[in-house]
Parts: sequence; structure tokens; C-alpha cells
Amino acid sequence: MNARSAGDDGVNGAPVTAGDVAGGTVNGIVNGARDYAGIAVGDTLPELSIPLTRTMIVATAIASRDYQDVHHDPELALQRGSKDIFMNILTSNGLVDRFVTGWAGPAAVVKAIRIRLGAPNHPGDTMVLTGTVSAKDDKDNQVEISVRGTNSLGPHVTGTVVVRLPKGGDA
Amino acid sequence: MSESYEERLRSFVGRELVPAKPGQDPVNRPMIRHWVEAMEDGNPIYLDDEAARATGRAGVVAPASMIQAWTMRGYAATMTPTDAGGFGELVSLLAEGGYTSVVATDSELEFHRELVPGDHVSMREVVESISPEKNTGLGAGRFVTTLKTYRDQDGEIVATQRWRTLRFRPATKPAEGAAPEPGEAEQARALRPRPAINRDNAFWFEAALEHRLVIQRCVSCKALRHPTGPCCPECNSFDWDTVEASGRGHVHSFVVNHHPRHPAFDFPLIVAVVELAEGTRLITNLVGVTPEEVEIDMPVTLDWVDADPGLSLPVFRPVAQEDH
Repeated sequence: MNARSAGDDGVNGAPVTAGDVAGGTVNGIVNGARDYAGIAVGDTLPELSIPLTRTMIVATAIASRDYQDVHHDPELALQRGSKDIFMNILTSNGLVDRFVTGWAGPAAVVKAIRIRLGAPNHPGDTMVLTGTVSAKDDKDNQVEISVRGTNSLGPHVTGTVVVRLPKGGDA
Repeated sequence: MSESYEERLRSFVGRELVPAKPGQDPVNRPMIRHWVEAMEDGNPIYLDDEAARATGRAGVVAPASMIQAWTMRGYAATMTPTDAGGFGELVSLLAEGGYTSVVATDSELEFHRELVPGDHVSMREVVESISPEKNTGLGAGRFVTTLKTYRDQDGEIVATQRWRTLRFRPATKPAEGAAPEPGEAEQARALRPRPAINRDNAFWFEAALEHRLVIQRCVSCKALRHPTGPCCPECNSFDWDTVEASGRGHVHSFVVNHHPRHPAFDFPLIVAVVELAEGTRLITNLVGVTPEEVEIDMPVTLDWVDADPGLSLPVFRPVAQEDH
């Protein structure tokens, strides 16, 4: 586990050591621990590449309690005009959430996830998530990140996520 | 579309599609665990109280993006949908206008507070707007925008979700876009394209409606011909009658159609030229066989597709082994 020890303080001043805690190491993702002061508009998030396996598309649909057949039954998906099963919307939201909070760190509180949907995520493809800090709001220590998730067909998801962060800096 | 249709659509603006109803279960750790495992989300605040407290929280919280999951109707209701309420009425009205397909285009979630285990979320959905008909890449359609309001057990708003779907007349088969909305009715199958029936071919389609495959025959020279026509290409006679085909034949040639997709057909669609035992050829579809299995000269036998009450057409399937 390549856990990053945060130099910044958490909300209550308790040091946050992301990744050392149970539940934080599902796939070795390293949680960041950002604070508001340390972020500038234009900052780029580390790219996140997500292999879209059939099992993952089914598992995430079921974990979100979405039993629409197009998310797990290839034959019925084909009948409905799709080339294969495809990822459901709740999962697109979940992966965008993971991408941004994975970068922002455990102290981040998600205030908004606004997405537009495009090309479907089919099994065997890969979605690459990229993000850039597009705005900062000093009043609430909120940061807006523009996010894009692209697969081989084009953009699957584009949108913005707003997170509230610890103030940091001299605070 | 008549003005009254527009007005009926407009009357849905502000109407409740889904009444407030609590989710089946309160926010709970097992469902959170399933979610973060499937999403491979390593953020510790969802399952580890200590890690959550280290960030200033009282204990674990649910992932924000999970909000919609708490009020999903679950497996049983998906399999046997019951009272569709205002939602069902709107879907029917849109279907009346030909907008039978649906694709979700936007989800805008705003979170008022984080959810913790024990919170019990309910959701109410209201129509915000229905757009005039727009031409889109998927077909002509209307954007239906709704607002889902999520409240906790005390009636306090915890999140809102602006939800936009495109309800469209499919230009092709239903789109590959995002997920169909829960509660969406099964697509009505589009009709097959109508044959251009005239006085020279009507007898052939009328026989087909009775599941009889007929072949036009010249009364003068007895030559068989297909497609149908008023005049014998061999002897120029205008006198003709018909014989009934045996229904046996073989694949003379075929293509597999992948694109463009007409909504009346299943794809891949095998389009074949079948040569009948009587010697004439006709363009038809092959059924009961995959494109990989089709071979030139493969023996085939007649079957019928009753596409709709006004149209039956001959198709062919491979001759079963024991028939050889």
C-alpha cells in the first residue's frame, strides 16, 4: 500500500493518514488529502483508468439495486438494440465520485455531481477519467472539478463535481 | 401533433410522477459495503468509523453518489411492476405521440448533507418541463426534465436530482445511450416496412396472408417467373395463373445486414436469395440459423413470419438433419 501520509490537517486538526485504515485499500487506491488553500484553478487530477469488465458492470448495477436487464443480460440488451450490456447511470455517478474524492481525500464533502451522459460503457472497454479544477469559492471552501470519462467510443460522461474541503493554509 | 396533444403534455408540468415513498431499507452498512466494493472506492470514511471521525465526522457516512440507490425499487418490483401512477400516464401519453424510446441524458445531483446509517430516505419526483419536439441524433423527441427530491425521516431535504431524459421516436433501434429509466414500459415493436402492393403483385401478398407461397406461371408457355409481373419474359404473353410452391429450396446467395438497423428487425439480419425447387428465386430472410452457420447451397424449407395482422411473409429455415 503506497499510502500517502497527509501533511495537511483534517477538519478537527487530526492528522489524516489515508489508506492505512480498513476499507481504504480495496484496489490499492491512494487517497489524497487536499485542503482548499493548496489547490489552484487549473490543477489537474491524476488520470484514472478503469477497465470495464463484464463482472464489474453487473456487480455495480446490482450494488446500486438496478435490475434493468440491459445491465446484466447480453441477449436482452442485444434485442433492445444495444451491442452488449452497458453500465448504469448510478455507477457512472459512483465512479465520478470515487475519482474526485480519491484525489481530494477523506475530508472532502461532496456537494454536487452534475453529469451528462454520452457513449455507453460496454464490457471489454476502458474508461479513462480526467479532471481539472475549474473554479474555487472562498466563501465555503468549495472547489469545482470538471470531469470527463472517455471510452473507445467517445465521451461516456462529462460534468462537474463540487467538493467542500478543509480550509488549510494558515488557518 | 394537434394543439390538444401539446396541452395534454403541458398539463404534466408540475405534476407528481412518483409520490414520496420511503426506500425499502434505511441507510445501512451492508449496502454501503456492497457499493464501495463494486465501485472499488477506497475512501475509508464509508466503512471505518475511526477514519471518518478523523475527518471531523461523527462516524461513517454513505457515499454521496449512492443517494439514488436508497430508493431504488429492488428486484421484485422490477420484475413485476405494479402501480405506475403519474409516471405510467406520462409514458402512455408520450407513446401516443410516437415517443416510445427513452435515453437518460443528464443527472444533476446537489447534496444538502451527508447520509449516515439509520437515515431513512424517501424520494418524490415532479415534472419540471417537457420540451417542444427536437430533432436529435437518435430521432425526433422531447426532453422531459424532472426534479427528484430526497428527504430524510424528518422531512428535511438531503439531496435533489434534476433528471433529464430524451423520449424519442427511434430513427433506428433503441439507442445505446444510457440506461432506460426504471419503470419504462417495454418498447412496442415497430411495424415492418409495407410492401408496395399493386395490381401486378397483390395476389402474391394475399396468398402469403394465407401462408401459401405461390409462383406466377405463364399460361401460354408454362414458364414460371418471380418477381411478379404482367408479362411473360419468355413469350410476352399477358395470360398467367399461379402454382403453389413446394416450399423446398436452397440458399443461392446471402448477406448479413448489421447497419443501418430498422427497428422492425432483429440483427444481425440474414437476407438471402433462395432458389426454390421449382427454379424461381426470391429474396427472403433466413431464420433458425446464425450467420456463421449459413452456407451457399444449404437446403432450406419454407416457414412463415406473421409480422402483423396485415402482413405475413415467407422465410426459410435450414432443413432439419433427419429431413435430408
